[in-house]
Amino acid sequence: MKNNEKFLEVRDLRVSFFTHAGEVKAVDGISYDLGEHEVMGIVGESGSGKSVEAYSIIGLLQNPGRVIGGSVKFMGEDVLAYSEEQKREFRGNKVSMIFQNPMTCLNPVYTIGNQLMEALLCHNKDVTRKAAYDRAVEMLELVGINNARKRMKQYPHEFSGGMRQRAMIAMALICSPKLLIADEPTTALDVTIQAQILELMKDIQRKTGMSIIFITHNLGVVAEICDRVSVMYAGHIVEQGNVNDIFYRPKHPYTEGLLRSMPRVDTKERERLIPIEGTPVDLLNPPKGCPFAPRCEKCLKVCLEHKPPFLQVGEDAHGSACWLHVKEMKEAGE
Amino acid sequence: MLSYVAKRIGVSVLTLLLIICITFLLMNAVPGSPFMTEKSTPEMIAMAEAKYGLDKPLIVQLWNYIKGYFQGDMGVSLKMQKGTDVTTIIFREGKFVLSFKLGVWAVLLAVIVGVPLGCIAAYNRGSWIDSVLRVMTTVGVAIPSFVLCSLLLIYCGVKWELLPVISGSLTDWKAYIAPVIGLSFYPMCYIAKLTRTSMLDAINQDYIRTARAKGLKTGRIIFKHALRNCLIPVITYLGPMTAGIITGGFVVEQTFQIPGLGKYFISSILNRDYPIIMGTTVVLAALVIMMNLIVDITYKLVDPRISLIKGDS
Repeated sequence: MKNNEKFLEVRDLRVSFFTHAGEVKAVDGISYDLGEHEVMGIVGESGSGKSVEAYSIIGLLQNPGRVIGGSVKFMGEDVLAYSEEQKREFRGNKVSMIFQNPMTCLNPVYTIGNQLMEALLCHNKDVTRKAAYDRAVEMLELVGINNARKRMKQYPHEFSGGMRQRAMIAMALICSPKLLIADEPTTALDVTIQAQILELMKDIQRKTGMSIIFITHNLGVVAEICDRVSVMYAGHIVEQGNVNDIFYRPKHPYTEGLLRSMPRVDTKERERLIPIEGTPVDLLNPPKGCPFAPRCEKCLKVCLEHKPPFLQVGEDAHGSACWLHVKEMKEAGE
Repeated sequence: MLSYVAKRIGVSVLTLLLIICITFLLMNAVPGSPFMTEKSTPEMIAMAEAKYGLDKPLIVQLWNYIKGYFQGDMGVSLKMQKGTDVTTIIFREGKFVLSFKLGVWAVLLAVIVGVPLGCIAAYNRGSWIDSVLRVMTTVGVAIPSFVLCSLLLIYCGVKWELLPVISGSLTDWKAYIAPVIGLSFYPMCYIAKLTRTSMLDAINQDYIRTARAKGLKTGRIIFKHALRNCLIPVITYLGPMTAGIITGGFVVEQTFQIPGLGKYFISSILNRDYPIIMGTTVVLAALVIMMNLIVDITYKLVDPRISLIKGDS
């Protein structure tokens, strides 16, 4: 990687699903950079396109989903231009992914050891089975699974939910990838296990220095683990910045709304949470202007007609896409 | 595991006993006698019946059968091969072996072709390959075997002279081809259909997404990760089907003139040759029971989550 090249550079990525009912623009022109050793959170409600975006980076999109525009450059290479074979080599090797539901993500009919070793062996032809076995045991120990040798011989149904997610993490990291995409890895786990898994991921990230894209709808998790945050709504990134800016100086009305709807430790007794009114956008018929406009309490006329530009609103690449910023800037200029 | 198998064998013996009783009663519920012909007088019939013990009360006759079976004696033929031991007819004269050989080949062909066809159809769901396979398998399941066998006989045997018309005792490898195809086409298509359905379910599972995310090759994803998870319905069908095919398809054996067990079974019923009916039924039933046991054990081998014994996993 040359010095001027970014680790991961996503530019104007567009992904659509071509269904019988019409084109669904799941991801509609998003851009962001991710640095090496950086942990980025992608936050958004269900259907905001956060998983689809990640799938298109790693090449797991399936019919009828297609990338229709934009570019994804990973260490200077255009990932979207890869052939199927190159994509296969890339997946699990340079970029790995872990998923939401550890209960169903491991194949029930093969042992944990078999599945771990397979992930290593399919990318490294010259690794012996013995070496792969040792590496798999080492990985299980790294993710905090005791009795690793015995565990290698067990089947997924003999593991608890948290243990399975640990095994998934071990499997994803066995080839020492540079980037881990975690698609809601803690959502299906109960709260105490969630904390353990987050702690584990933070720990491993510190040890290995890999970058993580952490997809979640849980802002608490974001605060816990992420350096930077992208807030997604209806296929757009509406706000982006470092974790402190997003939590303490949110600029976009949607981010503000999200934060208001979240319970806090310092919330007074009997104080009510404020929900965001309305329902998510129908992506088959997205609004002409800002996708959040129909639910926004600060909606202007222009919001309904035109898409807002993504503007720099603070230091450390803090940006937000809202017409209010344009208005503020004009007022400040006058 | 061993205690499980022992228990199952014990139950199987009881099942067989029950089958013997039911077959015996049904057989005797039909009026008339094996010795009744146009020429025979009531005295002759009575004499012949007395000779073979058919004049005794039913319960005694049944007891004699059961006693005989436990001593390995299946009785003697009353009519078709008068006086010959049923065990000799079924096992030593090669009837069973003939049907068995054909059956094994047919089952192998059905599985080796049917399962991959199903996988290919599922993987290419909605494409022309899937459509072609769907039409083929539907036709295969729908056409009766006598139509298929007759077509094979007329075209491959008579018109193009590729294969022998009469397969006989299967002395030549060419003699196998037509009857094996005739026997296996239906199960092959059925297996392809079953595999396609359960494969479609399997390839949408999360662990297949994990396998893709690992960077595995498509072939490995389908044939390692998906296939083993979708084999259960196929195995379930394979058990009784194998037993049925091994004991011979009457139509196939009749069409290609193969003196196998299937053909013999039907003629024994037509001739009311009681000991042969009993013998062939028991052999068939024992095979079905055995295949079911094998199927249950295979479940455990294919899917470690299945427990054979209550409380064991």
